[in-house]
Amino acid sequence: MADASGQTGGLRAWLLTDTPTSRRHARISALYQGWLSFRSNTMAMVGLGILVLLVLIAFAAPLLAPHDPFAQDLGNRLAPLGAPGHVLGTDSLGRDILSRLIYGARITLYIVALVALIAPIAGLLVGTVSGYVGGWVDMVLMRITDIFLAFPRLVLALAFVAALGAGIENAVLAISLTAWPPYARIARAETLTIRKSDYISAIRLQGAGPLRIITTHIWPLCVSSLIVRVTLDMAGIILAAAGLGFLGLGAQPPSPEWGAMISEGRRFILDHWWVATMPGLAIFTVSLAFNLLGDGLRDVLDPKASE
Amino acid sequence: MNVFTRLLSGAALGLAVSLTPLTATAETPPNMLVIAHRIDDITTVDPAESFEFAGSDISRNVYSRLVYLDPMDLEAGYKPDLATSWEVSEDGKTITFTMREGVTFHSGNPVRAEDAAFSLRRAVMLDKTPAFILAQFGFTPENAEETIRVEDGKLVITTDKKYATSFVLNCLTATIGGIVDMETVMANEVDGDMGNTWLKTNSAGSGPYKLDSWKPNESVTLSSNPDYYDGAPTMERVIVRHVLESASQRLLLERGDVDIARNLNPEDVAGASATDGIKIEDELKGRLMYLALNQKHPELSKPEVRQAFKYLIDYEGMKNSFLSGQYTIHQNFLPATYLGASDENPFIYNIEKAKELLAEAGVENLEVEIGVREAQERIEIGQSFQNAAAQAGIKVNITVGTAKQILARYRARELDVYLGAWGPDYPDPQTNAGTFAYNPDNSDEANATGLLAWRNSWDTGGLTEKVEAAVTEGDRDKRVQMYLDIQAEFRETSPFVVMFQQIEQSAVRDNIANWSTGQAVTSAAYWQVTK
Amino acid sequence: MPLPNWLRTTLLTLGSIAVTLLGLLFVTFVIGRVMPIDPVLAIVGERASQSTYDAVFQELGLDKPLIVQFGYYIWDVIRLDFGTSLLNARPVSEDLARVFPATLELATLGIFIGIVLGVPLGVVAAVRKGSWIDQVARVVALVGYSMPIFWLGLMGLLIFYGILGWVGGPGRVGIFYVDVVPSVTGMILIDAALDGNWDVFKNAFSHIILPASLLGYYSLAYISRMTRSFMLEQLSAEYITTARVKGMSEWDVVWKHAFKNIRVQLITVIALSYANLLEGSVLTEIIFSWPGIGSYITTALLSADMNAVLGGTVVVGLIFIMLNIFSDLLYKVFDPRAR
Repeated sequence: MADASGQTGGLRAWLLTDTPTSRRHARISALYQGWLSFRSNTMAMVGLGILVLLVLIAFAAPLLAPHDPFAQDLGNRLAPLGAPGHVLGTDSLGRDILSRLIYGARITLYIVALVALIAPIAGLLVGTVSGYVGGWVDMVLMRITDIFLAFPRLVLALAFVAALGAGIENAVLAISLTAWPPYARIARAETLTIRKSDYISAIRLQGAGPLRIITTHIWPLCVSSLIVRVTLDMAGIILAAAGLGFLGLGAQPPSPEWGAMISEGRRFILDHWWVATMPGLAIFTVSLAFNLLGDGLRDVLDPKASE
Repeated sequence: MNVFTRLLSGAALGLAVSLTPLTATAETPPNMLVIAHRIDDITTVDPAESFEFAGSDISRNVYSRLVYLDPMDLEAGYKPDLATSWEVSEDGKTITFTMREGVTFHSGNPVRAEDAAFSLRRAVMLDKTPAFILAQFGFTPENAEETIRVEDGKLVITTDKKYATSFVLNCLTATIGGIVDMETVMANEVDGDMGNTWLKTNSAGSGPYKLDSWKPNESVTLSSNPDYYDGAPTMERVIVRHVLESASQRLLLERGDVDIARNLNPEDVAGASATDGIKIEDELKGRLMYLALNQKHPELSKPEVRQAFKYLIDYEGMKNSFLSGQYTIHQNFLPATYLGASDENPFIYNIEKAKELLAEAGVENLEVEIGVREAQERIEIGQSFQNAAAQAGIKVNITVGTAKQILARYRARELDVYLGAWGPDYPDPQTNAGTFAYNPDNSDEANATGLLAWRNSWDTGGLTEKVEAAVTEGDRDKRVQMYLDIQAEFRETSPFVVMFQQIEQSAVRDNIANWSTGQAVTSAAYWQVTK
Repeated sequence: MPLPNWLRTTLLTLGSIAVTLLGLLFVTFVIGRVMPIDPVLAIVGERASQSTYDAVFQELGLDKPLIVQFGYYIWDVIRLDFGTSLLNARPVSEDLARVFPATLELATLGIFIGIVLGVPLGVVAAVRKGSWIDQVARVVALVGYSMPIFWLGLMGLLIFYGILGWVGGPGRVGIFYVDVVPSVTGMILIDAALDGNWDVFKNAFSHIILPASLLGYYSLAYISRMTRSFMLEQLSAEYITTARVKGMSEWDVVWKHAFKNIRVQLITVIALSYANLLEGSVLTEIIFSWPGIGSYITTALLSADMNAVLGGTVVVGLIFIMLNIFSDLLYKVFDPRAR
C-alpha cells in the first residue's frame, strides 16, 4: 500500500506515461500533458483566470452589485469616480455604473456562449461536408460561403438586425451569420488534407459510410484548430456586439450591455470620460482575456501554428 | 495596457487643465462662415419638395419668397420680400400681389409675376410632401392654372374659401413658397418633371446666397449673391459641414475650425461655454416632444388611463438633468410664441395620482410597447418614463429603431405608445391644430397618415369642428380665444402627453454677431451674420 | 476539341465571380425587401399625404413582384447603371465615385502602416521567441485585437486633436482647403500631389493620419501575429538548420530563406486585412466624419435606400473577390504544393 503522496505520484506517473495501456489512457495522458504545458504559459493562465472571474461575477451578480442596476436618480447623475456609494460613478440617468457593469457581464457571457455555439458548428458542418463530399456540393457550398465572406460584415449584421428587429438574440444571430464562413473555410481545408490520409482510406476500406467518417473521424481532428480560432475571434465577437450596441441595434434599453453603455456614455466623453471608459475597459479586459487564452491554447492544441 | 492607462490618466490630466490646447487656435477667414451641423436629413433642395430641417436652412438663404420673416425682427411676422404689397378682395378669397421691381435671379433673369405664379403652381402640381401647405387653400393640380395666375404684371391667387389673410401669408413664408427661376428650371426639365430632378441638387433662386454644392452627408457650400436686392451679405462664403458627434463638433469649435456648432448636447454646451471665446445662444424652437397613446389599445383608450400617463412624466427631473437647457416644459400642442399658444402646464410628476387613476379605470398588469427613435435624448426620456411607469405597475418595453422603422409602424397605427417630436411647418396655429386635434375620418380606410390624431386612432371628441372654425375666423382676438379653448380641452382629454418644447443652443465663437436659427417660426438665416 | 487549359481556368474563374456577385446581389435584394423600413417613407418623409406616398410607391416599381424587380435591377447593373439614390437623388455611381476613394485612401494608408510596422515586428518576435521583444509584440497585438475601436478613436481625437493639437480634426481636409485642388482620383492626398499644392497635401495628411494610424494599428495586430507564426514554422524547418550549420549569417537565414518562403502566405493575410479595411470601417468613419463607403452603405441601409446599398455591396464584394483571386493566383504561382 502506497501512501497518499505516493498515490499522487502514481497518478502523475500514470498520466505522464510513455506507454499508455489503453486508448483512453493515451487520450487522458495527452490532455494532461497539454494542460501542463498550458499551465506553464503565464499569460494564458491570466486569461483563463479573468474568464473564470467573469463567470463567477455573472453568476453572483445580485450578491456583488452594490445597487440595483436599473435604479435611476436624476439628482445624482454623472457622479465622478469614487463618489460616495458609487465607486465607478453614475451614468446619465444616475444609475450606478459598477452595478451595471456587473450585470452586463451576464449579457456578455450570454452573447459569447451563443455565438460560440452557433457559428463554429455551422462552419464545421458546411466545411467538412464540402471538403469530404467534393464535386458540385463543394462548388455550391463554397460559392455560398464566398457570398457571405464577400459581404461587408457589419452591413450584413446590420441588415439582419434591421430585418428581425433590434435585440440581443437577433444581434447574436446576426453576428453568427457573419462569423461562420471563415470556420467553414478552415474546416474544409483541414478535411481536404485529412481525407487523403492513409488512415481514412483504411477506415473506408473497412466499410465505414461518409456520415460516420465525417462525424467520428474528421470532426474531432478539425475541432482543435476551430477552438483556437474561435477563442481568438471571441474578442472580435464581443466587439461586434458592442458595435451593434453602439449603433443602437444591440440590446434594448435599459439593458446594461457594455457596448450600449459606451454608446450612451460617449456623449460625455470630453467632460465625464469615465462613463464610456469603464465599459470600454471591461470589454477590453474580457477581449484580452480571450485572446491570451486563445494564444495559449494555440500553443497547446495546434503546435504547428506557433512552434 | 500600460500605454493605455497612461493615455487615460493623460486624458484626465488634460481635462483637469480644462482642455487648454497647446497650440494657438486657428481662425476661419473674416468673410467666411463655417458651421458644424448634422445635415444627413437633406434628401433634396427643391423648394417644392424639401421638407427637412437642414434642407429648409438652405432654401431660406437661397430662395426669396413673396413675404419673408426678418431674422433680425422675427416678432414682426411676415414682411414684404419679392412682393412689395398685396390687396385682398371684398369676399376675402382673392389676394393680388404687386411684385418688387428690378430684382434678378442668380442667372441674371428678372424676377416677374410669371415666375412667382409658376413656382406656386409647380409646387401644387408636383404634389410632393409639403404640397399640403398649399393644397389646404383648395389649390389642386387641376385648377392651379386658374387659381394661381398673372394679371397686369401682378400675381393673383384665389382660395376656395375665405381664410384669415395672415394664415395664407404665413404659409407662403414656408420653404414651399420659394420663388424659382422659371426659364432656368424649365430649361432643365426632363420627361415633364418641371425641373424637379435638376432642382433636387441645383438651385435657381434670387436669395442672398446661391448653392455651390451639396455633398450628401459631407457639406453644403453657399456663396453670396453680390446682386441681392437688399445688399450683398457680409459673409461671402458659408460652409455647413456635416459632423455627427457632439464631441467632434465641440472640438472643432474649440479649435477654431468652425464658427458655430449647432448640435452640442447639454454636457458639451456646459463645457464649451466655459471656454474662452465661445458664447452660447439660446433660441426657443417650435419642436415639441410628446407621447402618443394608441386609442386602438383597449386599456390606453380609457380616459383615466390617458390622464394617468400625464402624471407619469418626471417633467422637472428631466428638464433639470439630461435635457438641461435644451428643452422647457410645455404641455400644449401650440408652441410658445405661436398665435394663441397657451402657457398652462397643469400636470406634474405624481405617481400616487397616476395609481389612483389607474385603479379607477380598473387597469392591472398593463404591459405596453413604446417606439423610440434612435436618438439619445429620446432613449433617455423613454427610460425615465419606463422607470416611472414601473412604479405605477405598468411594464413598458422600449423598442429602439431608426426613424424610418419606428415611423412606419406609427403611421400604420401599430405602436401602443410612440415617443415623438413634432415641429410646426409654417408660423400659423393651424399647422399643429390641424394635425393634433383634427381628424375628420377615423376609419382605417381613411389612411390619413399625415394626421397625428388619425395615427393614434383618436376621433378628437369634437375638436375637429372647432379647429375648422378657428382657421377661418378673421378676427384675431376671437381666433386666439378659440385656440386657447381647444388647447384647454385637448390637454385634459387627448391621448397626447405633450411634454417639452425645444430650445436650440448654438455654441458660437464670440466674434460672430446676429446669428439666428429662426426661432420657433422658421429656419436659420446667414445673410445678416457679421464677424 | 477540348478547351486549352488556361482558357478553361479563366472561364471557370470568371464564372465563379459572376455567380458570387449574383448571389451577393440577390441576398442584398432580399434583405432590402424583408426589412421593415419603408423606402417610400424614407423619401417622402413623415408628413406626406397618401396620394404623394402612392405616387412614389408606383414610381419605384414596388407594386411589381420581387423577382421582376430583381430582373430589372440586374438588367440595369449589366449596363453599368446602378440607378439613382432614393435619398439624395443622384446616380449611385456618382456617389460611389465620391465615397469609395475616401475609403481607398484611408485603407491604403492604414494597411501601409500595418505592413511597415507589423511585418518587422512579427519577424523579430519570431526570431527572438520568448524574449522581451516577443512579449511586447504579443501585448501590442493583443491590445489591438481587444480595443473597442470607437473608444480608442474618440480618445485619440480628444488627445491628439483636442488637447495637443498635433493633427487635424474630423473630416478629410480643413475647411479652407475644401475643393481647392481639382478632383482627379478623388483621393485628396494624390490630387494635391498631382496639382503640386503641398499646403493642401499637408493639411489633408494631418487629417488622415489619426484615423489611418488607428486602422493601421488594427491591421498591425493581425499581420504581426500571423507573420510571427509563419516565421516560426519556417525557422524550425530542416533547411534552415542546414543553412545555419553551413555557417550562413543569421540575417541571411532569416530574410533570404525563411522570409522568402512566407511571402505568399503573408500576401494572403495582407490581402485579407486590406479587404477588411476597404469594406469601410463604419465606426471609424462616423467618429472622424469620414465620408467613406462604410458609413455610406450603413446610412443607406437604415433608410432603405436599396439602390445605394446594392451599388455599395457590389463594389465591396467585387474588391473582396478580386483580392481573393489575386492571392489564390499567387499561391498557385509560388507554391508548388498547391498545384
